Amino acid sequence: MAGVKKNNLRLKFDSSRNLAPAPESKSIANIADRYDLFINGKFEKPSSKKYFDTINPATEEKLSSVAEANNADVNKAVSAARTAYEKVWKKTSAKERAKYIYRIARMIQERARELAVIETLDGGKPIRESRDFDVPTAANHFFYYAGWADKLEYAFPNKNPQPLGVAGQIIPWNFPLLMAAWKIAPALATGNTVVLKPAETTPLTALKLAEIIQEADLPPGVVNIITGAGATGAAIVNHPDINKIAFTGSTDVGKIIQRAVAGSDKKVTLELGGKAANIIFDDAPLDQAVEGVINGIFFNQGHVCCAGSRLFVQESVYKIVLQKLKDRMESLIVGNPMDKNTDVGAINSRQQLEVIHKYLKIGQQEGAEMFQSSCAIPKKGFYCRPTIFTNVAQSNRIAQEEIFGPVLAIQTFRTEDEVIEKANNTPFGLSAGVWTDKGSKIFNMTSKLRAGVIWANTYNKFDPVSPFGGYKESGFGREGGLHGLGAYLKV
Amino acid sequence: MIAKLTIPDFTSTARIDQVGVEERASRFTKRSLKNETKLNGLKLALNMIDLTTLEGKDTEGKIKQLCYKAAHLHDAYPGLPTVAAVCVYPSMVAVAKKALGNSGIKVASVATAFPSGQSTRDVKLRDTKYAISQGADEIDMVISRGKFHQGEYNFVFDEIAAIKEACGTARLKVILETGELGTYDKVRKASDIAMYAGADFIKTSTGKISPAATMPVTLVMLEAIRDFYYKTGKKIAMKPAGGISKAKLALHYLVMLNEVLGEDWMNNEWFRFGASSLANDILMQLEKQRSGVYQSGDYFSVD
Repeated sequence: MAGVKKNNLRLKFDSSRNLAPAPESKSIANIADRYDLFINGKFEKPSSKKYFDTINPATEEKLSSVAEANNADVNKAVSAARTAYEKVWKKTSAKERAKYIYRIARMIQERARELAVIETLDGGKPIRESRDFDVPTAANHFFYYAGWADKLEYAFPNKNPQPLGVAGQIIPWNFPLLMAAWKIAPALATGNTVVLKPAETTPLTALKLAEIIQEADLPPGVVNIITGAGATGAAIVNHPDINKIAFTGSTDVGKIIQRAVAGSDKKVTLELGGKAANIIFDDAPLDQAVEGVINGIFFNQGHVCCAGSRLFVQESVYKIVLQKLKDRMESLIVGNPMDKNTDVGAINSRQQLEVIHKYLKIGQQEGAEMFQSSCAIPKKGFYCRPTIFTNVAQSNRIAQEEIFGPVLAIQTFRTEDEVIEKANNTPFGLSAGVWTDKGSKIFNMTSKLRAGVIWANTYNKFDPVSPFGGYKESGFGREGGLHGLGAYLKV
Repeated sequence: MIAKLTIPDFTSTARIDQVGVEERASRFTKRSLKNETKLNGLKLALNMIDLTTLEGKDTEGKIKQLCYKAAHLHDAYPGLPTVAAVCVYPSMVAVAKKALGNSGIKVASVATAFPSGQSTRDVKLRDTKYAISQGADEIDMVISRGKFHQGEYNFVFDEIAAIKEACGTARLKVILETGELGTYDKVRKASDIAMYAGADFIKTSTGKISPAATMPVTLVMLEAIRDFYYKTGKKIAMKPAGGISKAKLALHYLVMLNEVLGEDWMNNEWFRFGASSLANDILMQLEKQRSGVYQSGDYFSVD
């Protein structure tokens, strides 16, 4: 446009952020003072006699104490799972298995509100997300795999698919209930029994799920849920009577697991970190692309393994995209996760907040320019403003390493070949996003990007039908869909 | 500050992704407005209404009643604002002007062979000038959708520019009739044409075609206004019209406005609701906020 002075043009969004509080009520959340280990269909005291606290990251207040499982407890859980497998579950007809899984799905739906509130209290994610995404998607996963249980012969024709036995499952803190669903539903559908360990900062919804499983009358020992930190996880991984390890979490821990199971005949699937490229071409629908970038990196405070944490913008639209992105960031509401209007909630733990702050410092030292939304953040609790870095180079650590927070590194590109090379130039390969109006470009990009999931003109969409998993240091194996069954079967 | 306007090539306007825009629009409806935010929102929405009657059976008596209602929405509730304007056919402008007197409420008149716009430029100009001569403060024109679909963007542009000239100091609202445009891409293109041709407002619909205003269509138009503002420094006002009859929906629109264009647009100079039955639903909600209970529709005047 001809010489218009536009530097001083600014839209003001204060009033859109300052809405009267609209808090969700905590009263529906029935949280016990103390939780024991769910082994063999009962809640049992840990032989370690130790308990640790789980806190609300938004207020730093204690929510409950949970048991710490030691080796003896892991032994007990695995042997319960083994007995249940040999004596009951292996012999249960596929149709009966499906009924149990379906029942669990229905009970998750019935208690959706309570689960959503507890997920938000324990993990810090906005209630809007736990209510509209985590809990319904978790229920969907059980519904979906309930349908597969008696159709395995059709999924793997002429292969006579058989269960593996006992599955040890270790899940992260970013989607506690949903990850439990991702792990438990396909394992049960395929006839395996389970020992599951939720993350130490977010054990409560998994324990609520244990209550649901108990109420659903699932035969004792088919699902065992034990809590603890890294040592408990290690005991599961190293247990000789476990046939399958399914892990979702950091790449570092994934490597330790891979080493630990080397030489054993345990089957393994690992779903690890990511540093996804979200790519905007100049022919993209820009406003929707910007919204996709927002959902890609600020969804769940950026605690998403497939978060679109690297943004590549074609140079000819860079300025306008940046302007739109900043405006959109200014209208994000950051704060109390229990408020129905909150877009970005609390960082999951103090430890994670420190990691994010470390990277904010590194980014500035590397010469990148930092922009943060101007919103106020609560004094108590763990919070980080939505942040973007511009002037980022491919060699910067903030462009290479997974930050796992609401921090976006923005780079520009000129040609398709250049952006494919840069997007693939990472040790990770979990996901990517492509924004363009041109169908042929989408197909070219998806065939050349080395990532397990590629979204076109959308981002962070999940469905039980669609397989999910990574390349390279993002892990191997697929969860969800028909592929997710294969990970729990001898075929 | 406004420099010379460069007219862009309208054959290649910004692209809109249907799925994305509908998802974004539905996200605004997740906002939960409580207490003072809700109260302020409801009063602001009342103050943004273009109270409308556009019927063949309109009479002077009907217009006078409507104008009284415009200034006295619900006298049982002290301190309420008036609506922004009444919107009538050209033949009723003089009646409305007289009835509203010095209330500060504007008289808007539809013109240009409303609602189809299927007439000659000469007739449209005379229609407009007649409404102006009768005292209209604002003109709501319709674009030539047929020409637009034919790709005759220059024709559409020139027509708007000519009407704008005929308006003099009156503010021009350009109705795109989005229900006849078919895609969000075309809504965006028509918005751009209207703004560059001199529209003061862009408006979704006549109210005679279904679908009328929807949140995604309004979002596309608000985004067009924002882009135009950043390019030219010129603010354009927005008027969704038709289909907004509930207070809750009006609040969703205000949330959207606030998050797309910011607080500078949060007044009736820059945003209007074209509606006939919205006012009473808002009044009902306001009474509910005040008394804690809903009242029957019979406690609110129908005009």
